Amino acid sequence: MSLKKKLHDFKVKNKDKKWLPAFSAIHTFLFLPDEVTHGGTHIKAADDLKRTMNTVIMAMVPCLIFGMFNAGYQHHIALGEIQAATAGFFSPEFWSMDNFFVGFWKILPLVIISYGVGLGIEFIFAIIKGHEVEEGYLVTGMLVPLIVPVDIPLWMLAVAVVFGVVIGKEVFGGTGMNILNPALTIRAFLFFAYPTWMSGDKVWVHGAVERDQAIAAGENLDAISGETILGTLAQGKEVAYSAADMFLGFIPGSVGETSVLLIVLGGLFLIFSKIGSWRIMLSSVLGAVVMGLIFNQVASAGIISESSKFYGLMSAPFWEHLLIGGFAFGTVFMATDPVTASQTTKGKWIYGFLVGFISILIRVFNPAYPEGVMLAILLMNVFAPTIDHYVVQGNVKQRMKRLKAKTA
Amino acid sequence: MSNDIRIKKGLDIKLIGEAEKTVEQAIISNYCTVRPEDFHGVIPKLIAKEGTSVEAGGTLFYDKANENIKFSSPVSGKIVEVVRGPKRRIDALRIEADKSQSYKDYGKFNVDAAKAEEVKEHLLESGCWPFIKQRPYDVIANPEKSPKAIFISAYASAPLAADLDFTLQGKEAELQAAVNALGKLTEGKVHVSVGKNSNSPLAGLSGITLHKVSGPHPSGNVGTQINKIDPINKGEIVWTVNAQDLVIIGELLLTGKFNAERIVALVGSSVQKPRYFKTSIGSEVATMVYDKGVEKDGNDRIISGNVLSGKQVQADGSLDYYSNIISIIPEGDDYEFFGWTKPIFNKLSISRALTFSWLNPKKEYALNTNTNGEHRAFVTTGTYEEVFPLDIYPMQVLKACMYQDLDEMEALGMYELAPEDFALTEFVCVSKQPHQKIIRAGLDLMLKEIG
Repeated sequence: MSLKKKLHDFKVKNKDKKWLPAFSAIHTFLFLPDEVTHGGTHIKAADDLKRTMNTVIMAMVPCLIFGMFNAGYQHHIALGEIQAATAGFFSPEFWSMDNFFVGFWKILPLVIISYGVGLGIEFIFAIIKGHEVEEGYLVTGMLVPLIVPVDIPLWMLAVAVVFGVVIGKEVFGGTGMNILNPALTIRAFLFFAYPTWMSGDKVWVHGAVERDQAIAAGENLDAISGETILGTLAQGKEVAYSAADMFLGFIPGSVGETSVLLIVLGGLFLIFSKIGSWRIMLSSVLGAVVMGLIFNQVASAGIISESSKFYGLMSAPFWEHLLIGGFAFGTVFMATDPVTASQTTKGKWIYGFLVGFISILIRVFNPAYPEGVMLAILLMNVFAPTIDHYVVQGNVKQRMKRLKAKTA
Repeated sequence: MSNDIRIKKGLDIKLIGEAEKTVEQAIISNYCTVRPEDFHGVIPKLIAKEGTSVEAGGTLFYDKANENIKFSSPVSGKIVEVVRGPKRRIDALRIEADKSQSYKDYGKFNVDAAKAEEVKEHLLESGCWPFIKQRPYDVIANPEKSPKAIFISAYASAPLAADLDFTLQGKEAELQAAVNALGKLTEGKVHVSVGKNSNSPLAGLSGITLHKVSGPHPSGNVGTQINKIDPINKGEIVWTVNAQDLVIIGELLLTGKFNAERIVALVGSSVQKPRYFKTSIGSEVATMVYDKGVEKDGNDRIISGNVLSGKQVQADGSLDYYSNIISIIPEGDDYEFFGWTKPIFNKLSISRALTFSWLNPKKEYALNTNTNGEHRAFVTTGTYEEVFPLDIYPMQVLKACMYQDLDEMEALGMYELAPEDFALTEFVCVSKQPHQKIIRAGLDLMLKEIG
């Protein structure tokens, strides 16, 4: 008896059991179900939600692997064990197995915790509510390890995932019903609950916190400083990285957010496969450019003085804002989440533009935390239904006008 | 003003099994079945009782809500069974056909000399009225109201659709008679749409406004054409008639006979030799599907209608009242190992998520009835808009129907819609939502609450 037949018989035998959704989740992972259409169209297109979600995950895998190398690379550089990469994207200093395994052993647990805890909750809710396990968390679970600092304690991540999935998603009714992007809800929870682990100059490089504690305990060691470029700019200091470093991603930051090159490639893949919205991505970049240019003008017109604490970030050239921090990652992978973004075509343009615009605004003016992408996307998630409402009202008004023209 | 309609958004679903352009006379069906469910919203009141005989064109039943709307028997014969469902609902009338057919004579009708009321009377009496449908609500037209225009689509863009240019050729006289009669029933125009490069017998009719349609499906859907030509506003009514049903109306007017004969296409990848048949409404599908058609014990689905909006019928089922096509495709009740993630070449998709139908847009597919995934909440956005040419927000309308907000449904344009307009969005839906069912339920609710 084949596996296919065995699983089918098992499903039929247990079709009344409460735990069946848990089995089905694994069953449908192995086999596309034998369900046929009834009523409505007799044929259906090839895509389903699993395929859609899987496409997004594929687009993120390069970022994950790069993140593993980068974690080790930043660690080794900070310890002074290797030289900075000089030979472009394929620098051997960067792509060494030494680097990879440091990152691999740090990041793999993040992935496991993220998926383990998150999917666990999804399974429990599916069983309680008696519906199938939905695929939304497949993407969220992949996003989460990519948007946290590499040294984040695992228990914190687990707590945040529980919060994000339950409060951010399940209370609204699960995948498709949530208002806020679940991955960003998780990150926001971490950020507000454990700010010392989410910002500052210690958390972005593996080993920095540990080293700090050792120094505090009286050991005679050099402190590791691994500040992000945004942190440096916010303090008005000179940035030690070239634009090429920023674009290729050889800089400290959250695990998967650093390589703009790979993020852009992932974004192009999503646009090509028609899974990601190019309108949101493009308009978000436009919004960021506009805001960046405005700030550049303000800075060069001398409206604020060089001693102002905003000067560093404001005078950074507008295009640099696109390369640093989480802007690229947020724009490509988080702002485009179809559930929490605007749903109408026109709305997507407005929503994306404002995401980019506000990202840079918050980035420059937020004194506590020099990054604004997360907050900008969450804010726009809240406003997306309002944007859609007005776009749809435009259509409704047109119809009313047509009626009036007729009766007048 | 140009009368051309060019549709850009949409999707041509190219399937294997298009009908070859030959017409065979189908075996005369021993039984004819009329199913009241074909007439949405009609509660039948029987006139003909079990055991009585009817002539072809004789009244079988009328609509409880409007006694003037009568439904005629497609054949002459004896009513052998009234099949009833729960609560004694009438599911079907089975008529054993006479060996030689006799027609009820309604008399030749001089359309030109007749007044609108007389035309209406004649169509109602003879059982031709059910061929006239109305929007809003996509139900049989209410004869007490007058439409602002009448729309006829003579261009079929649905997958494997019967070629109307072919099936209606030589019927110009009947078509003209029917169009003349319809023209009397409206103060507005009679809009007829034909394919841009077609040689349609309807193109030469007089008394119509002709439109030439091009672009992918749903360009042939009458709903799409209405939206582009003269959209329905609140309070307005338009009527629609299927092009092939004009022939029946026309013949009745010219000869006095209700002749339910119709040319039907037998299509689909399960059919050995797809071709056209001359048969009549209500005939058993078994009279057509087995000769050079499908295997007797094959695992196939027989559909009265097209693969997007048709009705599934059993092997002993029959052709429904409105369809001019029988589609047969393989059932898809099998598992596929890692089917959700492996690259796909043999199924159609509008994405490029490891689905490769974009490489070869001309390829014909043998799609089966598998849902290709499970039912989910709405997640992706923008996909419906790619195949939905109406200036209406499809997902918002669907959601308004689901939470039954009548005001919103009205504001978003429900009056213009019929379930078939949502066939393509249902086909491409990643969440596998039953769009047509949702829209039908929404229309029924509006009909009940607003009327």
